[in-house]
Amino acid sequence: MARYLLRRLAFLLVSLALASVVLFVLLRMLPGDPANALSSVGASPEQIAAARHSIGSDKPLPEQFAHWIGQLATGDLGTSFVSSLPVAPEVGSRLNVTVPLTLAAFVLAVVIAVPAGFVAAYKRRTWYGALLSGVSQLGIAVPVFWLGMILIAVFALNAGWLPAGGFPPDGWVQPGEAIRSLVLPVVTIALVMSASLIRYVRSATLDVLDSDYLRTARALGSSFGRAMWRHGLRNASVPVISILGIELASTLLGAVVVESVYALPGLGSMLATGIAQHDYPVIQGVLFVSTFAVLVIGFAADLVQRIIDPRLRGRLSGGAR
Amino acid sequence: MTQTDLTAQTQQTPEPKRPAKRSYTLITGCVLAGLIALLALVSLVWLPYASDDTSGGRLTGPAGDHLLGTDKLGRDLFTQLMTGSRIAFEAGLGSVLIAAAVGVTLGVLAAFAQGWLDDTVSAFLDILIAFPTLLLAMLIVAARSASLGSAVLAIGLAQSAVVARLVRVLAKRVLAQDYITAARTSGTSWPRIVAGHVLPNIWPTLVVNLALQFGLAVLAEAGLSYLGLGAPPPNASWGRMLQEAQATFITAPAGALAPGILLVLLVIGVNLIADGLRDALDPAARRRRA
Repeated sequence: MARYLLRRLAFLLVSLALASVVLFVLLRMLPGDPANALSSVGASPEQIAAARHSIGSDKPLPEQFAHWIGQLATGDLGTSFVSSLPVAPEVGSRLNVTVPLTLAAFVLAVVIAVPAGFVAAYKRRTWYGALLSGVSQLGIAVPVFWLGMILIAVFALNAGWLPAGGFPPDGWVQPGEAIRSLVLPVVTIALVMSASLIRYVRSATLDVLDSDYLRTARALGSSFGRAMWRHGLRNASVPVISILGIELASTLLGAVVVESVYALPGLGSMLATGIAQHDYPVIQGVLFVSTFAVLVIGFAADLVQRIIDPRLRGRLSGGAR
Repeated sequence: MTQTDLTAQTQQTPEPKRPAKRSYTLITGCVLAGLIALLALVSLVWLPYASDDTSGGRLTGPAGDHLLGTDKLGRDLFTQLMTGSRIAFEAGLGSVLIAAAVGVTLGVLAAFAQGWLDDTVSAFLDILIAFPTLLLAMLIVAARSASLGSAVLAIGLAQSAVVARLVRVLAKRVLAQDYITAARTSGTSWPRIVAGHVLPNIWPTLVVNLALQFGLAVLAEAGLSYLGLGAPPPNASWGRMLQEAQATFITAPAGALAPGILLVLLVIGVNLIADGLRDALDPAARRRRA
């Protein structure tokens, strides 16, 4: 296991390095000169050249890349072309919205989906088992922004229980307000996420219920609960954890739409603005931080899977799917 | 678990043959998706109103000449829904075609990789897949301009990673079979093996997955349009219709509900078709899904 840990850690570092190169090169392929965004309309070629010089986009690519990596090493994500503010603190303050939003939604989704998926599999011949499967079938077809619109209409505009959007400008200084404004976004993401999770939990549970080892355990006199606890849970959790890793990563990055529906100042909306303004340091900074998070989540998911299932330890990445 | 539960479990092992009941999934799916496809086809030759006809008055409720009422500019909602269904099908079919072309090619090539190259390729696909379709799409749309074509290209490319990973796993399984060794020994070339053995063996699973990707592509296009990154006006994509109707949800709910309902019905329909196809093409999976 220690050997695996080292190999996987080395792999994490290599993929991070590769990802930063790919990110850098890809962003330079975007059309539109960032110097134009800096200069006023009708700027002379000299002024544009000066702007280009001031942001360093006149230097050769390898030199720009070395400069960027050097900054990264000191925790500096560069300075926004548009606002002239450093990117790192802005990313930090955005994470104050995005991270609680993602984690709360993730936990709520797991709390909903794991029992629901189990019941949907175990009681699949009852009406409520079928109902659960049906609801999750419906849930994966609902676009997340439409669900958000409906929840706003019902709980904010109609009932007036919760704010329809926005986030207190002081952030977590007003914890009550901050939490109130995150309730509907969290529920929106959690419902959509749990719809697809239920399907995975259901199929993993069905596999276990069908398995020979569970039948053997039962034949040897284990109660159903004990057999499930000792053998079923462990086997069923391996594929589910691999999906959980992907879901967590994609929620972290995919909150763009929900942040837009609820007008939240999160990482997603920062990226959307950055893309619209060709603000390289912002796009680069946000994508680097999120890529880092995605890779670390993948690392953690792989590790947990291998602790649970020793059979996987020969393989470097990816779980039983 | 009681004794009766256990008996119930052992008894279900010889699954009773109920082919008639199974096909309901496929039929329901075909009916749902078919109705919306019909709407899309009709929109090609006939629309109740011109898409820029604003003579109906603003935000009238469902009444009289306007089946579902009008939007905030006075355009007929039902007309827009019909155009929207056409855009949804264009987005779904276009994305799936791109995803299939790129994904199958990459996946088959990746299936031949061994050792560290294999590890790297599969890890790379995993990372790519963890990036949400929408995010990749936003980057591509930013690089080009907001149009249906950009959205379709972006969604298709993002989905090709998912297809490639699936094809890689499936193709690897086929390539490990003895008859591949036999074919190699008898001098069959790799291209012939791919065309003659790999593709025929993986297509059932592939088709089912592509059907699911169609639904996801329709959802992704709606999301992009909602963010203003899809087909520009006056093309009424369902996503953009919903975005425009958001402010008047309470006063004029028809505009904020109808496009969403059609979207959900189309995606459910396509997903049911996928489920039905899986049951029909892969009898082994049928028992587990019961």
